[in-house]
Amino acid sequence: MSTTALRQSAQVVEFAPAATPAASPHGLAINVQGLCKSFGDNRVLNGIDLTVQAGQFVAIVGRSGCGKSTLLRLLLGLEKPSAGTFAFEDGGARVDDPRVARVMFQEPRLLPWASVIANVEVGLGPDRKHAGARDRALATLAAVELEDKRDAWPAVLSGGQKQRVSLARALISRPRILALDEPLGALDALTRITMQRLLERMWLDQGFTALLVTHDVAEAVTIADRVIMIEDGVIALDVSVDLPRPRARGSAAVAALEGRILDKLFGGAENLKAAD
Amino acid sequence: MNLKSFTARRLPALTQWAMPALIIVIWQVAVSSGLLSTHILPAPTDVVEAGWRLLKSGELIRNMWVSFWRAMVGFAIGGGIGFAFGLANGLSHRCEAVFDSTLQMVRNIPHLALIPLVILWFGIDETAKIFLVALGVFFPIYINTQHGIRSVDPQLVEMGRVYGMTPWELFWRVILQGALPSIFVGVRFGLGIMWLTLIVAETIAASSGIGYMAMQAREFLLLDVVVLSILIYALLGKAADSAARVLERVCLAWHPAFQKPVS
Repeated sequence: MSTTALRQSAQVVEFAPAATPAASPHGLAINVQGLCKSFGDNRVLNGIDLTVQAGQFVAIVGRSGCGKSTLLRLLLGLEKPSAGTFAFEDGGARVDDPRVARVMFQEPRLLPWASVIANVEVGLGPDRKHAGARDRALATLAAVELEDKRDAWPAVLSGGQKQRVSLARALISRPRILALDEPLGALDALTRITMQRLLERMWLDQGFTALLVTHDVAEAVTIADRVIMIEDGVIALDVSVDLPRPRARGSAAVAALEGRILDKLFGGAENLKAAD
Repeated sequence: MNLKSFTARRLPALTQWAMPALIIVIWQVAVSSGLLSTHILPAPTDVVEAGWRLLKSGELIRNMWVSFWRAMVGFAIGGGIGFAFGLANGLSHRCEAVFDSTLQMVRNIPHLALIPLVILWFGIDETAKIFLVALGVFFPIYINTQHGIRSVDPQLVEMGRVYGMTPWELFWRVILQGALPSIFVGVRFGLGIMWLTLIVAETIAASSGIGYMAMQAREFLLLDVVVLSILIYALLGKAADSAARVLERVCLAWHPAFQKPVS
């Protein structure tokens, strides 16, 4: 696939002028070396080597239980690695502050007893008490188009709205890495598409490095710069998606790439039929 | 239209009083018509009269105040200790291992069975009543606080950690808030036990209070004062429960169960 040629064509420039996030200085690079994780006798990750460029959008796919979420949890410090190391790097220099990374979980995990705006402010951490916290929360809420729900309780929001609040909470501190643990998994198909576009827009805006764990290969191919697949505890496939943005869902190029990854995921052409 | 919306709003509030009102009317009619002997039950009007008499002499207010004070002090002590143990044992497994089985053993003793022992220890003064009320209130609050803390969504706690909450913030903003619905269940149970304990304790061993007033009246066959005392207990119990409900509605406004239906 001559994607470099595609990128250079005038047509691409015309349709996707802003799609150059890899050049953004805001995101951090991630360097993972020989990362292993076992739970008892169960070895989930068996030596993951991965280098993510600053500002890159990486999707991690794999069968359920393959350890893709575990990788994310290790990077966030929610689990301790059994072996191996990882580092966040800013132009080669190590960044040790854990607050540079934020996470969006599969569940919204909003505090039910706090208003929408207060939930967004949680994302500021200790800065919550500083002047201007409310304004920042309002601005972030506006970015996810929920400013009219600022004083509502989370219980009255729809699933998609809750995830948008959760996204606002993750982004209010302008994280340099955003980890997404299947955040759209529980949403209906239409809301998913809206959320994918929102996510892409926020990423283009802010230029953070994004790690998206998903079981939806189509989603991975639509939104990510690079798709990696974890199998048997190692990276089994690493494909860069050099398609112009915004990517049309169901376009031939997207479908072809999705097919290739699914092919690998199911380990043979005969299984592709079942996937269709 | 205005009237209609007013009645629609007020009707449920009025309905809950319809039944007690009806019972009082039937009671009055039964006594006035001689169907029910005044030796069994005095007429409601006689009870109101007795209430007015005692109110004027100041006896009613004094006894009500004494009972109210005992109830509140006992509740505060027992509830406070129960809450503290509930927090400690809910937050720390080590604490639970040390205390929980002992407390569960003590819980299985009916606290009113301790009355003879308590009278021997404290006589019939204030300490005895407050001790019994505190003991009675302790357990429902302890158990429900502990249960509430244990059942806080661990995913929310993890979220709090990831988002850099300090241990104090995590406790105050996540764990305690999450435990609050259960704690309120404990408070309302505790309030019920508080009055029950106080009635028994004041009836058996006291020299003031509503229970004492009832026992004195029995000595002099003042049936109207006895019934008055019982009704006052009922009203005080209802008042305490209503106060707890109001507090619950304020503190748990976020809870779907307490949200006003969208009109």
